Amino acid sequence: MVKKTIHEINNKIRDGSVNVVTAEEMVHVVGELGAEGAAKEVDVVTTGTFGAMCSSGVWLNFGHSEPPIKMQKVFLNDVEAYTGVAAVDAFIGATQLSESMGMEYGGAHVIEDLIRGKSVNLHAVSHGTDCYPRKIIDTNLTLEDMNQAVMLNPRNSYQKYNCATNSTKNTMHTYMGTLLPSFGNVTYSGAGVLSPLSNDPDYMTIGTGTRIFIGGTQGYIVGQGTQHSSGGGFGTLMVQGDLKMMNPDHIRAATFNGYGTSLYVGMGIPIPILNEQLAQATAVTDGDVKTKILDYGIPSRDRPALREVTYEELRSGSIDIDGCEVPTSSLSSFKRSREIASQLREWILRGEFYVSMPVDRLPKDVSAKPMKQTSGIAQVSDIMAVNVVTIRKDASVYAAAKTIMDTAFNHLPVVTTDDSTLVGILTAWDISKAVAQNKFDLVEDIMTRKVIVASSDESVAVVARRMDQNSVSAMPVLDKGKHVMGMITSDDISKLFARRA
Amino acid sequence: MNIKIIISSEITSKPILAESILETGVLLNISQAHFDRSYGEVVADVPDDKYELFYKSLTNKGAVIKKLDAPIKWDENECVECGACISICPTKVFSLDDAFSLAIDDSKCVQCGMCITMCPHNALTLSNNNK
Repeated sequence: MVKKTIHEINNKIRDGSVNVVTAEEMVHVVGELGAEGAAKEVDVVTTGTFGAMCSSGVWLNFGHSEPPIKMQKVFLNDVEAYTGVAAVDAFIGATQLSESMGMEYGGAHVIEDLIRGKSVNLHAVSHGTDCYPRKIIDTNLTLEDMNQAVMLNPRNSYQKYNCATNSTKNTMHTYMGTLLPSFGNVTYSGAGVLSPLSNDPDYMTIGTGTRIFIGGTQGYIVGQGTQHSSGGGFGTLMVQGDLKMMNPDHIRAATFNGYGTSLYVGMGIPIPILNEQLAQATAVTDGDVKTKILDYGIPSRDRPALREVTYEELRSGSIDIDGCEVPTSSLSSFKRSREIASQLREWILRGEFYVSMPVDRLPKDVSAKPMKQTSGIAQVSDIMAVNVVTIRKDASVYAAAKTIMDTAFNHLPVVTTDDSTLVGILTAWDISKAVAQNKFDLVEDIMTRKVIVASSDESVAVVARRMDQNSVSAMPVLDKGKHVMGMITSDDISKLFARRA
Repeated sequence: MNIKIIISSEITSKPILAESILETGVLLNISQAHFDRSYGEVVADVPDDKYELFYKSLTNKGAVIKKLDAPIKWDENECVECGACISICPTKVFSLDDAFSLAIDDSKCVQCGMCITMCPHNALTLSNNNK
């Protein structure tokens, strides 16, 4: 039985006799010496990760203006920061987008600009009080001008993360990058063998108060991250560090096309090897860390998992989905994760970084709850019109025009003559066009064949976005056999929201 | 040499590509093609010594030809070597080497621009990008 204390390890750091390896190297050490031998030999294992961590941001204190202002709205380079905590503090979040530049520039870019020493425009407004008479301020500030700039990330360093792919026929733009249609690619995130929490899954040494590497400087773990879900192996961390000490090698703004901005955060956590259980835990390999491939084509928080996969398979460059070889892309940088684990190792060897025990453990076996929705989720079946007039594809254009006039429906689903399945859609505009071109053929000659459709069990929010993306104002609602059950229009959706307001 | 052939909507219905191939005998190797109601676009490889001949034949029939001689440009300072570009590229320009550094074989680049929108760090650009 090996038993070491933090005090003993820190003494070794102090006298220069400490033995530190990275989590990648530890795999081989345990392979050669076994857990007990490795625990005797190795004092600290360093981990590292560098990837997109949307749930990140910085608390800034600007100092008081003359005359003073109690800020109620704050903008940094036109990106809104949350205030509402006394007078001159604000939290700039990584994913908040610029009011004027949209997805090209966001809170993450403000943070990177500050680290790079650039000047940032501060615009703030207030209603004015007796003690804070000023109502508006505009000034330019650098990081040096701030009293404090504390990075405080509510949810970082996921133990592991689900991978993404897309079953639909359209390209999707997500926070997991561009997902090609028909399972064209798979994207993943996380450092696998180097992932901090995967190397201490029982949270024996990683907890509240643990000293860490963050953004190129020393910071601390505040506690469990939001949505910490240790039960399923998806633990997260809330972390903090001094932005003034960080550098742009380890903090980078990013833009995911069609999604928005995010922040790449570099983090490394040392794991003191106090006993052989910890030696064994830190011997985890890419092949041991399993995650799931989720279909982002399903617009629900409960996306179906296509299969389980290990980081070893993902890192090989392609994986198998239903017999097809699908290329994989990492969104995290494994090279930078390695550099962080190595740098942390150097710091410890040079006596610049001491390991710590947590003052509190992270909760185990807890899971994150989905949102409780008190107003109910409207489904297409709740608001669709069920009395729908359809027209057969072999009807004349004249008959279609008459049907539209008689029924006041602007969209006629076109169906087959034998089994009434949907084959197209006809609008008043299609008829006008046919008349203008002097074409008096059959409905099937002038109808639109590519119909955007809905099904009755879809949520209205999902269907509304599809309507918007395809620039249509009505969609036939189909059953499994492609028969028209109803019709949902933009008017139905507007009414739903008007009723709620 | 990779070229992009742009065919306007008025002539998309005519078999001008086939005509030029028969006329010049050039073995055109098509790697991408896109046609819709508004225009047609074909990316293809043409032997360097036959480029002038093929260019004349096809432009006479109304097509516009652009040389794709400026492949993707990589800004190493912006790149964090995550590898997001790898799975999106149709011609396998990008890969990670044994040290997980990004390797780029730009001779394979057909300048489709897919990687530009995928890159989270704006590290990839095309100088004659038409998208």
